[in-house]
Amino acid sequence: MLSQESLAQIDRELAKYPADQRRSAIMGALRIAQTEKRYLTNELIEFVASYVRIPPVAAYEVATFYNMYDRKPVGKYKLTVCTNLPCALSGGYTTADYLKQKLGIGFGETTADGKFTLAEGECMGACGYAPVMLVNNHSMCNHMTPDAIDKKLAELE
Amino acid sequence: MTIYAKGVVFEGVDFDNPNHWRLEEYVKRGGYAALKKILNEKITQDEVIAEVKTSSLRGRGGAGFPTGLKWSFMPRNFPGQKYLVCNTDEGEPGTFKDLDIIVSNPHALIEGMIIGGYAMGITVGYNYIHGEVFEAYERFEEALEEARKAGFLGDNILGTDFCFQLHAHHGYGAYICGEETALLESLEGKKGQPRFKPPFPASFGLYGKPTTINNTETFASVPYIIREGGQKFLELGKPNNGGTKLFSVSGHVNRPGNYEIPLGTPFADLLEMCGGMRGGKKLKAVIPGGSSAPVLPAEIMMQCTMDYDSIAKAGSMLGSGAVIVMDETVCMVSALERLSYFYHEESCGQCTPCREGTGWLYRIVHRIAHGEGRPEDLELLASIGDNIAGRTICALGDAAVFPVRGMLKHFRSEFEYMIEHKKSQFAALS
Amino acid sequence: MLEIEIDGKKLTVPSGSTVMDAANSIGVHIPHFCYHKKLSIAANCRMCLVQVEKAPKPLPACATPVTDGMKVFTHSDQAVTAQKGVMEFLLINHPLDCPICDQGGECQLQDLAVGYGQSGSRYQEEKRVVANKDLGPLISTDMTRCIHCSRCVRFTEEIAGYQELGMANRGEFTEVLPFIGKTVNSEISGNVIDLCPVGALTSKPFRYSARTWELSRRKSVSPHDGLGANLVVQVKNHKVMRVLPLENEAINECWLADRDRFSYEALNSEERITKPMIKQGGVWQEADWQTALEFVANGLKGVIAEHGRDSVAAVATAHSTVEELFLLRKLMSGLGVDAVETRLRAADFSLKTAGATWLGQPIAELASNEAVLLIGSTLRKEQPLLAQRLRQGVKKGLKLAAINPHADDLLTTKAAELVVRPDQLVEGVLQVLKAVAEIKGIALPTNVDAASIDIPAEARAVAAVLDGKAKAAILLGNLAQQHPRYAEVYAAAAAIAEATGAKLGVLAEAANSVGAQLIGTDAGGDVFAKPRQAYFMLNTEAEFDVQNGAQALAAVQNAKLVVALSSFSSCALEHADVILPVAPFSETSGTFVNMEGRAQSFNGVVRPLGDTRPAWKVLRVLGNLLGFVGFDYTSSEEIRDEALAGDIAPRLSNVLAAPVAVKAQAASGLVRLGEVSLYQADMLSRRAPSLQKTADAAVAAQLRASAATLAKLGLAVGDRARVTQGNGVAELEVAVDAALLDEVIRVSANHPLTRALAAHVGAISVVKA
Repeated sequence: MLSQESLAQIDRELAKYPADQRRSAIMGALRIAQTEKRYLTNELIEFVASYVRIPPVAAYEVATFYNMYDRKPVGKYKLTVCTNLPCALSGGYTTADYLKQKLGIGFGETTADGKFTLAEGECMGACGYAPVMLVNNHSMCNHMTPDAIDKKLAELE
Repeated sequence: MTIYAKGVVFEGVDFDNPNHWRLEEYVKRGGYAALKKILNEKITQDEVIAEVKTSSLRGRGGAGFPTGLKWSFMPRNFPGQKYLVCNTDEGEPGTFKDLDIIVSNPHALIEGMIIGGYAMGITVGYNYIHGEVFEAYERFEEALEEARKAGFLGDNILGTDFCFQLHAHHGYGAYICGEETALLESLEGKKGQPRFKPPFPASFGLYGKPTTINNTETFASVPYIIREGGQKFLELGKPNNGGTKLFSVSGHVNRPGNYEIPLGTPFADLLEMCGGMRGGKKLKAVIPGGSSAPVLPAEIMMQCTMDYDSIAKAGSMLGSGAVIVMDETVCMVSALERLSYFYHEESCGQCTPCREGTGWLYRIVHRIAHGEGRPEDLELLASIGDNIAGRTICALGDAAVFPVRGMLKHFRSEFEYMIEHKKSQFAALS
Repeated sequence: MLEIEIDGKKLTVPSGSTVMDAANSIGVHIPHFCYHKKLSIAANCRMCLVQVEKAPKPLPACATPVTDGMKVFTHSDQAVTAQKGVMEFLLINHPLDCPICDQGGECQLQDLAVGYGQSGSRYQEEKRVVANKDLGPLISTDMTRCIHCSRCVRFTEEIAGYQELGMANRGEFTEVLPFIGKTVNSEISGNVIDLCPVGALTSKPFRYSARTWELSRRKSVSPHDGLGANLVVQVKNHKVMRVLPLENEAINECWLADRDRFSYEALNSEERITKPMIKQGGVWQEADWQTALEFVANGLKGVIAEHGRDSVAAVATAHSTVEELFLLRKLMSGLGVDAVETRLRAADFSLKTAGATWLGQPIAELASNEAVLLIGSTLRKEQPLLAQRLRQGVKKGLKLAAINPHADDLLTTKAAELVVRPDQLVEGVLQVLKAVAEIKGIALPTNVDAASIDIPAEARAVAAVLDGKAKAAILLGNLAQQHPRYAEVYAAAAAIAEATGAKLGVLAEAANSVGAQLIGTDAGGDVFAKPRQAYFMLNTEAEFDVQNGAQALAAVQNAKLVVALSSFSSCALEHADVILPVAPFSETSGTFVNMEGRAQSFNGVVRPLGDTRPAWKVLRVLGNLLGFVGFDYTSSEEIRDEALAGDIAPRLSNVLAAPVAVKAQAASGLVRLGEVSLYQADMLSRRAPSLQKTADAAVAAQLRASAATLAKLGLAVGDRARVTQGNGVAELEVAVDAALLDEVIRVSANHPLTRALAAHVGAISVVKA
């Protein structure tokens, strides 16, 4: 269900923790699975749970508690915009509105061509770089003014 | 980088050099000298802890607990495994200091943790890193690999009997994991739901073993203290508030960023360092210690110095040192609405008052902000707040209530105006 | 000890106590929802907030440790304000439609809301709605009512041993659920219904059938396994509506197995027979009791007159009461019949012990052993609550080992395990015995020939678990007791016990297995191997209660006279000549002696259905009709007092009466592992529709084998397979079972689909159907 490379990455996560504490690796393992498959289906969660050797419902709890796990299909690029207060004071809502207008979608929606999903995020711990946006959960973009957004969207193929 | 003033943690870091974060550069500026000194001169565990106590270093994560005292709580002769954990799960709105530490000076943190492990007789550590700053997590992993290869980390460090393993663990989107017992649960692969204390992590921590947890900045300050002496660190700040402290300034200033300045620096000076108010507007209010801290109006804030005691006296908290600056255009109802939404969104859902109460608070603030407030709403907000604060397992309940209380204390008239006129005198956040 | 003051009352409590413990010890009630004495402390409902002197804020009583000199106020203004605040939060999203809630009348939220709730709500927003979940045939959900106390989740993880329920999402969107598409399949799942303080989880079979205040609560004892779980049977209009646990820390604690809880459905089954029936000319006719009893008395006399007393055998399951078995034996004795047998699932009757075989120690002490070795037991399915007890023991350091024909998950940690072919159970025990002898440096007993035995590493590991333990137990389960070489298994296990100092114990299969031995109804041997002219059958269905059901059925079908005392028709009707409708446990008084030798008497909870009569009364009248002396009992207590006169304890003994020759043998080829599945074990379980819809019931209908064996047989999962054993054939769906050795074919015994097959363990052939 996952590539050898992903499984090797999960093994590296497992190696960080005591042998009788494999459960600790579930967050990393779900992240690795999601990175490969873009989002977590129930089947994928069950597979990862069995690989880490925990009950599937325990993995499901984790996958639904932490909000960077996606359990519904997302576009090729998931753009998460922080609108929390520090970002909002520096134009976080402007960024979000610009993206909505430019992509023609609202928060939680995906463009018809499946390329972009727009999400509202909570504080990313980078308020000094406000407004900030995450691409596919892992790549932080700073100072996302409309110009910077235009440039970034052009880069994302 | 947005580090505008360097102190203990960023001492000597040359941001213009793209390799400034690497081990080689860290060593060049005196890095790992403290660790070498301890191991070469066979400085005892007690002596290390005494030095940290002398420095009067207080936990930089928000609570401000004396670090040396915390380290002395660890049962050093406990027979089983013990753990050292670093809290880099920085998600308190307004706070972004730890991000810059692990991006720009990760080895200071690594060295600080190794020294902590040595002082408390701990052989395994984890650094829990906020999931949203994933690139920083990857950089930290790279720094760990450098330290392992150089023999600073792992088995028989620098040829001695001392062993210390350190691993990185990432969060994945849950503010609550910044609470230390939620962080431990998360590190164990569970939902990040805080534990009831007692027992405290010092006796029942990670995997039920004795565990010491410190903030990133706290650990990153340790090499300096050992290298230069606790006394020198103390003198950088003021009594009982040793050292320099990172302040993350965001909002309506000309130069948002991290400022590492001595504790006790007047807020007015900090504001000036930040280039003053953006667009020359007037200061209206400041949240001085992250979103959970009660807001303070400009006139009070301008009289404060930036240290734990002064801010507490003014009725707020220095917290993690996140300073959110708001100018005269900000609608405080709108600001509170956004913060209340955050706590509602981030409540872990475990205990009743927070699970049910944060949503209720938000819905009331939301309707006030949308011109649907009722005259009795402000009393209701206060009453619900009283039923949440102090009744929950962890401090998130309090954190959701403090902003409400602060706003109602200092800016009540804005709320009353909005309830009466169904609209604000100010523009909503946009 | 710590001194503490609660509401002005001084008391001392052991250190480590919580404020809740302390309050409970003096009968001070602190309101709570999430706290439960058997579960870990969650402290999440916050209902138990109390004021503690010097504490700046109210503290949860359930989680706050007592400190010396602590002063607690449970009803002070601070405490009550906090509790009322919590109650308001709990109610804002809880539906206030108690009149249509199945929990109404027994709802902790409803009860506490009366004391702590407000008359109106300050919450004017829309209430939360949560989708219901399918938890299977036993548990009904109304998830909008959930107050997130997490008791059910903690139960599955901590008590049942596997987290089947979780709390997904977070904040106010948190909801209890199983993994998507899965149900709750634990054999003790029904306890979550009791644990749920509100109407979120309720009994599916009971749903909307009665209100709690309409029900009378009557005590009883579970008639299933040898534990003897204590029951509260709830009754309305002379009908059993529901069964709940009666707390007894020494036996079932506060739990019930699903079998104990839901088998009551059978009591109201359409298969209940309510009038005596006589078959005349191949046609069943209703009869009055007098006619039927005379028919039986004359029939028995006739067969004995014609064929002699050895031509008659009496059989009963050990789910029958002490009183019934005692009178059965007495009646047979009056007729001169010696063959009275309750060990119907045994294949080897040769074991002789100095007394009735039993657990060897009190149930309550099991979990405090340092080591336990299980031999031949599918423990979770044979003794669900005992498995739970051992699970708790393992958490406290008990080392669990097993010698079994499967590696089934006990949902706890096994310290060591030796998996053998079912026909090599003796050899497995010998391997461990030899390893023990090696460790101890002692010789094997002279009655043991284990020369051909090699010791695998697993056997050494099992031996090491027992070695050096001051308190250890060796427990023989149903698979051992039903094994074709039970006496050898027993003798080898006894030798290990002797060498290690462990206590040997037998896990009684049925509610009254120990009682049956005390009464001496274990005196017939295999009464179906050599067919008799007449069978007198009490609570027995030949195909389902006898190990070789096919053989038993044939014997019964060919007999001249078959007298069936039964609560149910169906099978009994097919081959009997006369049926006397007798009361199930719920309609008669009686006594069961459980596996620890504890006699538990109970009364009928409802009156007998129709013309049904308690079996003890039927047997008494038969004795009268036959003119025997000593059948003048007026109550079941009189019978019990005679049957169990004197102390039971001295009559329990697991000591072998004579040495048993144990000799290692070789085995190969496909072999059957036949287990009696959880919900086929007795007449009631078989007829409880809800239990028959469980995952356990579904698994019991499959043929299971290792992946390698399936491949070798050309079978794939989901195929139909035809199995042949002796003259019997069965067709089953194929499933893979990683817990089996190669060549082992796991096929349920005494199951409707496999009734034609022969012994539980034996050669078997399998082809794709």
